[in-house]
Amino acid sequence: MSTSGIPKTYKLFIGGKFPRTESGRILEVRGPNGEFLANASRASRKDFRNSVVAARKAAGGWAKSTAYLKGQIFYRIAEVLDGRAAQFIAEGVAQGATHAKAKADVAAAIDLLVHYAGWSDKYQPLFSSVNPVASPHFNFSAPQPTGVVGVIAPTGGSLAELVSVIAPALIGGNTVILLAGGHPLNAISFAEVLATSDVPAGVVNILTGHRDELVLEFVKHMDVNGVLLCSDNAEEKKAAELESAENLKRMSLQPDQALPQSPYHILDFQEIKTTWHPIGV
Amino acid sequence: MSANDFLSGGFAPAPESADHFEIKKSYDLYIGGKWVKAAKRFETTNPATGEVLSEVALAGKKEVDLAVKAARKAYEDVWSKMPAAERGKYLFRIARLLQERAREFAVTETLDGGKPIRESRDIDVPLAAAHFFYHAGWADKLDYAFPGAKSNPLGVVGQVIPWNFPLLMAAWKIAPALACGNTVVLKPAETTPLTALKLAELFEDAGLPPGVVNIITGAGPTGQALVEHPDVNKVAFTGSTAVGKAIRRSISGTGKKFTLELGGKAANIVFEDAPINEAVEGIVNGIFFNQGHVCCAGSRLFVQESIAQKVIKKLQKRMESLIVGDPMDKNTDIGAINSPEQLERIKALVKIGKEEGACLWQPSGGLPRKGNWFKPTLFTECAQSHRIVQEEVFGPVLAIQTFRTPQEALTKANNTPYGLSGGVWTDKGSKIFKMTTGLNAGVVWANTFNKFDPTSPFGGFKESGIGREGGVHGLAAYCQLSH
Repeated sequence: MSTSGIPKTYKLFIGGKFPRTESGRILEVRGPNGEFLANASRASRKDFRNSVVAARKAAGGWAKSTAYLKGQIFYRIAEVLDGRAAQFIAEGVAQGATHAKAKADVAAAIDLLVHYAGWSDKYQPLFSSVNPVASPHFNFSAPQPTGVVGVIAPTGGSLAELVSVIAPALIGGNTVILLAGGHPLNAISFAEVLATSDVPAGVVNILTGHRDELVLEFVKHMDVNGVLLCSDNAEEKKAAELESAENLKRMSLQPDQALPQSPYHILDFQEIKTTWHPIGV
Repeated sequence: MSANDFLSGGFAPAPESADHFEIKKSYDLYIGGKWVKAAKRFETTNPATGEVLSEVALAGKKEVDLAVKAARKAYEDVWSKMPAAERGKYLFRIARLLQERAREFAVTETLDGGKPIRESRDIDVPLAAAHFFYHAGWADKLDYAFPGAKSNPLGVVGQVIPWNFPLLMAAWKIAPALACGNTVVLKPAETTPLTALKLAELFEDAGLPPGVVNIITGAGPTGQALVEHPDVNKVAFTGSTAVGKAIRRSISGTGKKFTLELGGKAANIVFEDAPINEAVEGIVNGIFFNQGHVCCAGSRLFVQESIAQKVIKKLQKRMESLIVGDPMDKNTDIGAINSPEQLERIKALVKIGKEEGACLWQPSGGLPRKGNWFKPTLFTECAQSHRIVQEEVFGPVLAIQTFRTPQEALTKANNTPYGLSGGVWTDKGSKIFKMTTGLNAGVVWANTFNKFDPTSPFGGFKESGIGREGGVHGLAAYCQLSH
């Protein structure tokens, strides 16, 4: 939506880079009156598999980074997004939202990021326990990230929706592959925000494309540990659940709308680990 | 020749007696507080002798439906309306009754399942009672279990449990379900139905309202009918990963909640700075506890290269002194393999282990002639790709590999689809935490192994399952949270 007359090429976001889809296919994006806006990328299965490789590569480092650091990076995303609010509002308007609605959407996205930034070092004590076992052992349980999580965004495609579905998994130390919803432009512009907010490469990967050709690839992939699927389509959900059985993916099936902010959605992609050690000399 | 002829040490036989209680000739299904007959029946045998112990009813679709209806009625009419503290009192009472009849339950468990009486007496039964006692106290405190969220019961829970810890698994499943306000239909494994049926008698003695817990016996098809019943709100399954995946598929699209506690291939990692003698005991307990019929068994041993020969020698010496034989004898270390089918599975995988080039070692003693037995077994020279390294044997078979660095041990340990448990042996605290945080497993034992407690959450990462049992985390499996 450049005012200087240089339209942006909307590409994918994989491993910290902005590649075009390897398939060479486009996803034509038009405004509410049918006017041409952009040729976004129509991601392929291969693009998705590349994203999984990038997400897996980034998973160890992101999980190990301190909670303090993750919180600061989240806050940094909010800062950078705030600085570029005007661009996102313009993009929202171009895609058919009123100015007021587009502005509220960006504000809500920023608030969500700040909210989850604060959770980075607080959900662990909330979901941990020291267990009073009836034997001379020190025994405790604490959450650790599930790993690589695929996120199928709500179809509405507002920026706040998009942030609401990736923030809990990310702040919990997972790496994410997001399939953007209805409005692919803001998702890719958001990738530019991520790329300039000290988010390590591969921690978030964003694809735009046809939902019906990619959803099952997310749940079939054996190196994806969990999938958040925002859907009101019973058939789609059932098909996804069936495929998820092969490696017992952690599935979070949610309505096709923004995910309400809650630490329990962080817990959706955490594994509780229990550690025992004898007490003695 | 006594059943203990494997023993070279020369202990006198010390058999437990079974003359102080009765195992009935036949058992019906426990549905809606009544004993209900079924058209078909099947036998349950003592795997140590092959003797038939009893004949139990085989629940078909009709009986499964009856049981679910009884559970629904009890949920609607009684259990969901009862003050939570009163629910708790029933569970406390059940814990007490189980403690009182502990000896009978231990002996029954050993006769029906083949595990050493020492284990059923000291572990299975006391832990089962502890699970009821622990969860009893949660019934009226659930508001404190989930900060910022409100919990509600799910309704009717269908539970399918395995044959390796029959009573303990029943307690793991039933106690939290009831504490959280649900009613239950439970199916014990076909080879070990007796302690669950005795538990039903105990529920009668406790005055538990009819239908709150229903016990139906049968094999796979009975479990499948229960899992697939449309009026079941939640499925809890402990068993093999293959069946767990089939269950996951069968409930897709139904909205049923589920917990799956499945197979494992735990790595037990011993460093050169470990207390070697304790580690050897831990290795033995890790793999030979309950004949290795343990989902969290330490079935892969990783020994640091510098001490590998020493550890293997000590382990072999220790294994020469293990007593394999009559499960009813209080000196027995390793009892009978649970069923002829399981024995065949173990033999088949051990044969493959030899064919693939691993080196087999077994102690020198013999085995009893009647019943199902397998010697404690070691494999050395194992490669990461060997099937005995990758697949769950569910028997007394240990695959040994070596490593040089902590990172190598972690990489090898995590290189499996499973992620249930793991062990680390070292005297160095920082190394313990490097390993315990790096292992992709739900339960990690450091300088110990195979410890369990109702306050301590248990369950797997990856293909070892979904959800936790025990502790505050286990409650989530039986509650609907709104937040």
